[in-house]
Amino acid sequence: MIITLNCFASLKPYTPDGGTLELAEGTTVEAVLTRLGIPQEEIRLIFVNSVHVSPDTVLKDGDRLGIFPPVGGG
Amino acid sequence: MDKILRIDVGADGGPALREEPVGDYAGIGGRALTSTIVCKEVPADCHPLGPENKLVIAPGLLSGTAAVTSGRLSVGCKSPLTGGIKEANSGGQGAQVLARLGYAAIVLEGEWNGEDLYKVTITKDGATIETANELKMKTNYQLMEKFQETYGSSGAMLSIGTAGEMRLSNSTVAVTDKEGRPTRHAGRGGVGAVMGSKGVKVILLDGAGTSMRQPVDKEAFSDANKRFNEGLKKHAVTGQGLPTYGTNVLTNVLNEAGGYPTYNFKQGNFPDADKISGETQAELEISRGGVSTHGCHRGCSIQCSGTFLDKDGNYVTKQPEYETVWAHGGNCGICDLDAIATLDYLDDDFGLDTIEMGVTIGVAMEAGLLKFGDADGAIKLVKEVGAGTPLGRILGSGAATAARAYGIEKAPVVKGQGMPAYDPRAVKGIGVTYATSPMGADHTAGYAVATNILKVGGDVDPLSSEGQAALSQNLQIATAAVDSTGMCLFIAFAVLDQPETFQALIDIINGCYGLSLTADDVVALGKSVLEKERDFNARAGFTAADDRLPRYFRREQLPPHNVVFDVPDQELDQVFQW
Ligand code: SF4
Repeated sequence: MIITLNCFASLKPYTPDGGTLELAEGTTVEAVLTRLGIPQEEIRLIFVNSVHVSPDTVLKDGDRLGIFPPVGGG
Repeated sequence: MDKILRIDVGADGGPALREEPVGDYAGIGGRALTSTIVCKEVPADCHPLGPENKLVIAPGLLSGTAAVTSGRLSVGCKSPLTGGIKEANSGGQGAQVLARLGYAAIVLEGEWNGEDLYKVTITKDGATIETANELKMKTNYQLMEKFQETYGSSGAMLSIGTAGEMRLSNSTVAVTDKEGRPTRHAGRGGVGAVMGSKGVKVILLDGAGTSMRQPVDKEAFSDANKRFNEGLKKHAVTGQGLPTYGTNVLTNVLNEAGGYPTYNFKQGNFPDADKISGETQAELEISRGGVSTHGCHRGCSIQCSGTFLDKDGNYVTKQPEYETVWAHGGNCGICDLDAIATLDYLDDDFGLDTIEMGVTIGVAMEAGLLKFGDADGAIKLVKEVGAGTPLGRILGSGAATAARAYGIEKAPVVKGQGMPAYDPRAVKGIGVTYATSPMGADHTAGYAVATNILKVGGDVDPLSSEGQAALSQNLQIATAAVDSTGMCLFIAFAVLDQPETFQALIDIINGCYGLSLTADDVVALGKSVLEKERDFNARAGFTAADDRLPRYFRREQLPPHNVVFDVPDQELDQVFQW
């Protein structure tokens, strides 16, 4: 299956080329983060299809995954 | 800060200045002071542009001291935009200089003769006022050129552009930054129009010969200030995120969360969001030789701002903030950072609130006056506002007025004030704040986005109505207190997450004034400010029906989550029950 993945702000360099990833069925967000080598402590927000989720969320084909470090503004 | 300067523009024989001891108003600052004075001295049923209204300008309790990030200025009055009480908060150098000059507040009052414009100058030797009709219809940057040498690098200028002079309901009081530029604004609610209704065009603050305010307990103060600063540096948002990307880092976050109001609040995603994101903006700024880490006043240790240069390396404006980039960008379907920077410059120059202006253009687009995405058309409209053409005056009177003039329902406003950059259907906590804040739709009044979306200070599901009223209540109380200290609200990210940083803030106040306040006292201060503001609004005729979002936010679903605003009215009515 293929998902879209975007890493933002200081994590931007971790975004894979083309912004997509091919994954085995049943892959969790956590497994993706490990595969990309993003340090756990730098991750604050994970969105799948616009919903904030935890790392153990299982991904589905066509999902859109967004990863952020701690950010703020206003 | 033991005196108040009163300027009666209607005195016999011309404007009269009077300095008086702070008296009954001692011990409060910033929003607590502006709201207390307005609540006590302004008849709530008066016309905002009439002689009974007053404009109160007050630095925070800690402004002018060595406390970091304490240079915020409060500007209060009865708002021409909302018809309720207003405190508009600004960065820039104004608060620091005014506090060092010893003033707890400046109050503009009385009946203007309707003709003459005035210039007020304040130095360490006192204040003077003179007629300055040569300043008629001057813009803020023109005023800067004229007066920069007078207020100099140690001073500041408070001014109204053409919008305030025309007494448009969308008009700001501009405050100069460290470079002396009029880039910071007490933006919301049309406070510039009230200054214009007193005929005061410019207030020059000369800081020469003044010194930093000294704390009562030096040792306790410096120790607390050090701990507080360490707390800001240590927190990932105030220590890294804000300095690196500025507030516009939120574009991608809100877009990713489906809560980014796009095309006049039609949908929660903007397909071109990345083109105007904070990441893209910071990259562009740096590639052109601008800076992406910069403080709006000396002593800010967060430094969320920057400078925006054009492709030839010439200054355009300060780094447009998230709210501005959204209002003129995604909300209008515009994805060109250069056009947005131009709009930001024009807003600053004419003295227009960027949120209200962008929301109004979104409404004009909805009404078919121009197409979504038409950047040149948007620039043209803002120029019409600045020049005061008949159309410009309609648009300069805010989103609610524009929607009425064009006969459309979809005006995203509460109490007549345009909604900021978070859709209340997909970020329900901020919807509660929009609905219930005495200020009208205002994100800063109780920034539930932190907890709903950014997961700072807790985690409350943005899509569920549960817990949002309580969240907004707590944040509105805390904000009313912070707004009274002169501290920038962005300290809240660190303070909400780190109890020791909150304690350090209380210790700074205690060290400064020789007090022994506790967290409970801070909460009590916040509540008392809100109670006064609510009392004023009630006397001005506001009821529970005004603490609501426009009905269509309950009716029309927002993609991609396809949600409506569904926090029950009874819960909205509980926000101020404590
Ligand atoms: S954090 Fe930003 S807005 Fe706040 S005082 Fe500093 S520069 Fe100004």
